[in-house]
Amino acid sequence: MTTEYALSLENVHKNFGGSEIIRGVNLDVIKGERHAIIGPNGAGKSTVFNLISGYYHLSEGEIKLNQQSIFSLEPHQINRLGLCRSFQVTNLFANMSVFENVRCALLWPMGYKYSFWQLLGRQKALNDRAHEIIELINMTERSYIQVGVLSYAEQRALEIGITVAGGASVILLDEPTAGMSSSETEQAVELIKKVSEGKTLVVVEHDMGVVFDLADRISVLVYGEIIATDTPENIRNSQAVQEAYLGKEEEEGN
Amino acid sequence: MITEKTNQQSGMRLMIRRFGVWIGAALLLVILPQLFDSGFAITMMSEMCIAIIFSLSYNMLLGQGGMLSFGHAIYYGFGGFIAIHAVNQVTEGVVVIPLELIPLVGGVAGFLFAILLGYISTKKAGTTFALISLGLVELVVACVLLFPSFFGGEEGVSGDRMLEWSITGTGFGQPIEVFYLIAFWLLVATALMYLQTQTPLGRMANAVRDNPERAPFVGYNIHLVRFFQFALSGFFAGIAGGLLAINYEIVNSEMIGALASGHVLLMTYIGGIGYFFGPILGAVLYTFLHLTLVNITMAGQLYLGVLFIVIILYAPNGMAGILMVHQPVWKAGLIKRLIPLYSAALGGGLVAFLGAMIMVEINYHLSLSIEPDAPMQLLGLEFLANSWPPWLLSIALIVAGYFILKPVIRNIGHKWNELTNEMQGGQTR
Repeated sequence: MTTEYALSLENVHKNFGGSEIIRGVNLDVIKGERHAIIGPNGAGKSTVFNLISGYYHLSEGEIKLNQQSIFSLEPHQINRLGLCRSFQVTNLFANMSVFENVRCALLWPMGYKYSFWQLLGRQKALNDRAHEIIELINMTERSYIQVGVLSYAEQRALEIGITVAGGASVILLDEPTAGMSSSETEQAVELIKKVSEGKTLVVVEHDMGVVFDLADRISVLVYGEIIATDTPENIRNSQAVQEAYLGKEEEEGN
Repeated sequence: MITEKTNQQSGMRLMIRRFGVWIGAALLLVILPQLFDSGFAITMMSEMCIAIIFSLSYNMLLGQGGMLSFGHAIYYGFGGFIAIHAVNQVTEGVVVIPLELIPLVGGVAGFLFAILLGYISTKKAGTTFALISLGLVELVVACVLLFPSFFGGEEGVSGDRMLEWSITGTGFGQPIEVFYLIAFWLLVATALMYLQTQTPLGRMANAVRDNPERAPFVGYNIHLVRFFQFALSGFFAGIAGGLLAINYEIVNSEMIGALASGHVLLMTYIGGIGYFFGPILGAVLYTFLHLTLVNITMAGQLYLGVLFIVIILYAPNGMAGILMVHQPVWKAGLIKRLIPLYSAALGGGLVAFLGAMIMVEINYHLSLSIEPDAPMQLLGLEFLANSWPPWLLSIALIVAGYFILKPVIRNIGHKWNELTNEMQGGQTR
């Protein structure tokens, strides 16, 4: 019995100009698990997300999504293979309503492609699904409000809603609770648990409470390398991780 | 649409609410040439209708797709040239196309050229897109000189629209007959363009405009979204071009160049790019001013330019934006409280404009007329341009206008705050 990986990174490198930001990351995400990536600021967590989602191209290495190589694909192609991501900075369709935002996220997965012969208002299945997603993220009363005037927490929730709307099997969330109050964070975590059921979740997060609450396994990324991947308990007790987080000066000198 | 169960009356009401605007527009287009039946009026209305189609097609790029093009007249122009060649082919008996469908030929031409040139230009949005569109204009203008057999050189290509073939049996000898053909295509094209905004492609064009970074992560290839939007926009521009070819029976290189592209940009922006109906307002106003000003003053283009700048600076959402801002005030029944201030602003504005206009006209007379020393005529008055009274009057009017406008504009701001507070207070209570 081999373990089935939803996502695997093999020796992934990324250079920007002369500087190497990601220095040989190896990461295997098991299908159906909730996997958190943690690490100090500037470790390259967001860069890893950008590489996986095709936003950046790899300098070296290989990324596989459900055993299929995706390292040379464009973001929309990777998305169509069942991977969706959220953004650290809220990244919505600003001039549209909540409903329109969610509906946009459903168009491609529901097969509308570039159609200019179907009227959106008449697509019952599409509109019903959009309302379901909005209900899932508890924003039904806010459906027709322009997203620009939503509260920050609401925007973050919508960000998650758009990310999961298309039914992607692998979901990447980039700091979903950043900037939230503790009660908002609690709600966000519940929401993430709810929407990631039966899916593979990879999350970058700073809030350790959230990480230990959510994750089945944790990877620690330090200076462009994964130094440990293990269960939350083992990570918590790991000497290497402690040192990385406390930032031992002499190690940095190497 | 109306089922048997539906109450006839409410069904009727629903019809009117849904299609009222369209029925009203159709009626207006039928009645207008009966009310204004002079040759000049018919010409102007025909040109307005064509400009509306062209401007709406431009807004498919700019307003809906976020693509600022400086070369949209390419597809309008190719629509015109292909249409006039098609007319000539029909006259020679090579092909059989009724005149009523010639605009469609123009549309297909615009579509095909948009596909040909659009694939590269839509790879990037923003500045890159704008610059490529500018480059394409240069390219096409160069082609006009390179291929005189197609473009007809400097004098252009002419044709005779009175074809043997006609679906309606109309000869199209009379301008009013052509007007009704244009009006028909205006309704069809406008309805189609409106419906397009309600389709998946139309919506994703908005999405790509708003956030090209996110759109790929909902599964869309943003290049293709722009490209398809561009191609459809070219189709409607081509229809407008075909109609212009029929209307004037001549097409020349002016129609395809940078100036025509500039006109459509100006009228669309003046009308308002943020609303579907904005370009309609813009096209009507711009065409009206363009045609009338050209007859009465040499400085016509200058006034249009000033109007454009004023809109860009003070009403970036155009005429449609100005209207829509007032919609809630209108609904709350408070609009009458703005009328005195607006009248004062209009008065002050007119005084200042009059002053500025006198100065502009004097200068045009002095530098461009054959006899600068001869008396000039303005608003029915005759005076010498190089005498001091008109100059003094001009300056006095500008200064007076400024001092009228300044407090009025401040008070309009106060009034707006007052009304906004009142409306919000009314809602919470």
